[in-house]
Amino acid sequence: MIKVSDVTKHFDKFEVLSSLSMHVRKGTVYGLIGPNGAGKTTLINHINGVLKPESGKINVCGENVYENEDVKKKVLNIADDWFYFGGYTIKQMASFYKDMYPDFSKERYENLKQVFCLDEKRQIRKLSKGQKKQVAFWLCLSCMPDVLILDEPLDGLDPVMRKQVLNLVIADVADRELTVLVSSHNLRELEDICDWVGIIHQGKIIIEKPLDDIKGDICKYQVSFKEGGEKIIESMSGVLHSSKTGSVYNLIIKGNPDYIYDTLKSAEPVLLERIGLTLEEVFIYELGGLGYDFKNIIF
Amino acid sequence: MIQINHKDSRSLHIQIEDGIKDLIINKVLAENQQLPSVRELSIELTVNPNTVQRAYRELEQSGFIYSIRGKGNFVSPVQDVADEKKISELYDSFESVVKSLFFLGEDEEKIISFIKNIKEESK
Repeated sequence: MIKVSDVTKHFDKFEVLSSLSMHVRKGTVYGLIGPNGAGKTTLINHINGVLKPESGKINVCGENVYENEDVKKKVLNIADDWFYFGGYTIKQMASFYKDMYPDFSKERYENLKQVFCLDEKRQIRKLSKGQKKQVAFWLCLSCMPDVLILDEPLDGLDPVMRKQVLNLVIADVADRELTVLVSSHNLRELEDICDWVGIIHQGKIIIEKPLDDIKGDICKYQVSFKEGGEKIIESMSGVLHSSKTGSVYNLIIKGNPDYIYDTLKSAEPVLLERIGLTLEEVFIYELGGLGYDFKNIIF
Repeated sequence: MIQINHKDSRSLHIQIEDGIKDLIINKVLAENQQLPSVRELSIELTVNPNTVQRAYRELEQSGFIYSIRGKGNFVSPVQDVADEKKISELYDSFESVVKSLFFLGEDEEKIISFIKNIKEESK
């Protein structure tokens, strides 16, 4: 549905995207994660067809997206600073969306009115940050998009609305095979709704996999060896992290979990336990392996 | 009906799978009863529909449920269920429980009569 191939972009001399490729399949929820300044928002602006890539191609719904009206009618974007006209009420903004997006459904709009409990005669600029976000979801979901691009979508929403909004998106994924690209730092929430994850670092996608594979690929092992048994660690590849508390080793190892478990077991440890990682831990250890980790400095 | 535990090391689809298995084993879901649709369950748990779909697919493969095209998913009659992997997993955790009991000084007879009691009660 979204295919980015070999895209490079410079802002002045700074290379923001360096021959980046990614592929978002139809009907999936793709989580884009990465450290600050990795190029997430720049990438999203390219997929929206706002920025022109210096080299490479961006295909959305099978067509080149840059300045392509036909494609943009089917792609809705909720950016962190969602745009609305200064004095417009919700209703006026809705009629603007109706003119812009031919698939806008009046019926959907009326149904969603009950969900959001906002007075449509209110001016958008007078609403709170979270309410503005609700309006953005209300209008964008009424447009019945094929692709929905969300940049920090839940920022500013209360816990009830977070769940509400996520459920609306999930229902659309289930009913109409909506494709969602979501970028967020709230990995806990991404973990539930995404089935694909891409990690972006220094303008490159370093990992792009189904979430289950990513989480299955890296595991934490707690091991305690008999004397001399710890030598096995040095002979193993893919050890991302190793620390020792008392006699227990905490190891983060990348690779086939069953194979690693058996290898560790061959050293006849006193204790051996395998623990799955959360997406947050995967993020920290994967990027830690690339030199992006937190500095142990206390001032 | 199912609780997702985020601290759990099992991935989401396996948690859903195991949750439904438990409901079937404990007879909360009866034979031939219809399961919630993928859409309903994914909204209830706020998880990706493809994750629920995957759990259902694997439950169907291991014989716990069957699906009728256009109608939905249903609980299989008990005798169809044969899940070797689950059985060996359960034996593994049983083994560690029994070992702990021995360690704490329980005797063999007591454990055996305990098992017999459970069987009596579930008749």
